Amino acid sequence: MTTELFIQYLMAGITYGSIYAIVAIGFNIIYNTTGIINFAQGEFVMFGGMIAISLLHFMPMPLAIALAVIITMVIGALIEICFIRWLKSPSVLRMIIITIGISILSREVAVHIWGESIRSLPYFVGNEISSIPVFGARISPQVLWVVAASALMVIFLGIFFRTTSIGREMRACASNRKAATLCGINTQNMVTLSFILSAGMGALAGCVMSPITYSQYDMGTGLAIKGFTVAILGGLGSSGGAVTAGILLGVIEAFSVSVVPLAFQDAISIAILLIILFVRPQGLFGSKEAAGLSEF
Amino acid sequence: MKKFASKLLMAVMAVSLLAVPALAENIKVGAILAVTGGASFLGGPEARSLEMVVEEINAKGGINGSKIELIIKDSAASPEKAISFAKQLIEEDKVLAIIGPSTSGETMKIKNICEEAETPLLSCAAAEVIVNPVASYVFKTPQKDSFAVKKIFMEMKKMGISKIAVLAGNTGFGKAGKQQLTDIAPEFGIEIVEAEVYDKKSNDLSAVVAKIKANKDVQAVVNWSIVPAQAIVAKNMRQAGWEVPLFQSHGFGNIKYVEAAGAAAEGIIFPAGRLLIADTLPADNPQKALLMEYKKNYEAKFNESASTFGGHAYDAITILAAAIAEVGNDRHKVRAAIENLKNFPGTGGVFSFSAEDHNGLDIDAFQMMTVKDGKFVAYTGK
Repeated sequence: MTTELFIQYLMAGITYGSIYAIVAIGFNIIYNTTGIINFAQGEFVMFGGMIAISLLHFMPMPLAIALAVIITMVIGALIEICFIRWLKSPSVLRMIIITIGISILSREVAVHIWGESIRSLPYFVGNEISSIPVFGARISPQVLWVVAASALMVIFLGIFFRTTSIGREMRACASNRKAATLCGINTQNMVTLSFILSAGMGALAGCVMSPITYSQYDMGTGLAIKGFTVAILGGLGSSGGAVTAGILLGVIEAFSVSVVPLAFQDAISIAILLIILFVRPQGLFGSKEAAGLSEF
Repeated sequence: MKKFASKLLMAVMAVSLLAVPALAENIKVGAILAVTGGASFLGGPEARSLEMVVEEINAKGGINGSKIELIIKDSAASPEKAISFAKQLIEEDKVLAIIGPSTSGETMKIKNICEEAETPLLSCAAAEVIVNPVASYVFKTPQKDSFAVKKIFMEMKKMGISKIAVLAGNTGFGKAGKQQLTDIAPEFGIEIVEAEVYDKKSNDLSAVVAKIKANKDVQAVVNWSIVPAQAIVAKNMRQAGWEVPLFQSHGFGNIKYVEAAGAAAEGIIFPAGRLLIADTLPADNPQKALLMEYKKNYEAKFNESASTFGGHAYDAITILAAAIAEVGNDRHKVRAAIENLKNFPGTGGVFSFSAEDHNGLDIDAFQMMTVKDGKFVAYTGK
């Protein structure tokens, strides 16, 4: 393998990996406050991209993206308020099935609004054929946007959860909901907030990746599976773990192309998911004790 | 008195209920199309074209006084759903004929079901295996893969290309196309030096493009798929700074892919039906009038560009309507009538069916095209 080819694979892997990582972090935020996996996470990504594309007719791109993120956050909040909040001590299974239902519902809504065709935002810089040489390999400038957006989101979340009081309250909710309630934290609002936050992150991801991967009403399912794999691989609830696992999975997928036919790419990620679930259910970076304490 | 009146009313209603079907017997036509799902860019325009044509026929009073009742089932490109819908249409709705499915994989699954039930099937899918070997009740309107492949290879010969890479999606269409490319290449002295199959849901192919680009022998790339990957391959190749010619299948005949691929679509060469360049055809072309009319009506009604795919469904329903007009509402006679149809102009070409040829189109149904300034134009060489 030449260095050029190596770099090309690596960059392709980092591109996929960053996208997976953002989706996985979305899973983690909600998991951390509610203990459930929100299978509608992929739909947030879809809504972000699609809404931004529609808004583009009326306003410049940065504004369209900002507004799309805000609208998706509102959708996230509404979903939580309408479907999750009023449940009295729901079981984990019930909530998971609700999120699957929401995901199907969102897809149907999307196909009615936008139809079945593929759309995309224009490239932020340059166009479909522009590329930047990196050690002899060539990458699209959009890849840098994706990587930068993922990095910024991770840093933002890190600061948010560590330094702000709302962030700390959300973490308190995550470690022990009852104790958090006893301390006067409004746990229900924290749950709503976690949906808003993860919807916003998903939407932003949907916007930055749209020029590369296109947006379509049914793009969410595939992303949710990959994001779920990454979240499990990195250990549920850990943002740093999600980033590492995301890049790892992306790079494995990219390099697998050189040895096995491309069509096996998805089989590889699912195989990794199964192996991790059997051998190390707490994930590569999760602790066994913490996993033992959680409901799911 | 009131009681009597209401009884009378009921009687009148009952009689009218009985009388309506006797006046005009509806002709039931089923359609199984991938209106949603991954192949929705096929099924969507197909379903809309069918609705448009049926509306026109019924507005004119139907065929010999009978209205067409169109029953569209959305298979979402799932072969399992196609099978159950085919059974439902045949056994419960007792349709005269079935139009569709949109994809080759689905069509192959229901080919035998329709054959055994003696219900004519007019597929809108491209793969050659649908009509080769011939099943007496199965027809298809899109041009054959092998003609598309030959047309591409003929162009390559002209350009002096002899070593190529083949990319294909893992759908029925992709697999069939790859097979045809592999089988026919030796005839033209062309060697396939790299071949890759990708998942139909792939959304970035830069890794696989890097892999085939590393093979310096490759003079041109042929991509065979019906999925958005057609636009993605183009983008990834151009981003990698790779300037070899990119050929695509006749599945590229949708302006949305050109829009999606943007600047990367420029210069892609592919064979397709003449619908895409209808306005530039000479006036004496037998298809011109019909193509212009279909395009105009479709675009006015649905506010989107007409694609060759919708044209396949348009051809299927007009062929079926022509057969019904000739022999009436009888599926055995309709089958025979379709088989005897000659020189019938459609959007895909001029159809001449026979007992051996259930596609009815020859290689001239295809025209090599390219993309210039975001539009389809006839390809006239370098």
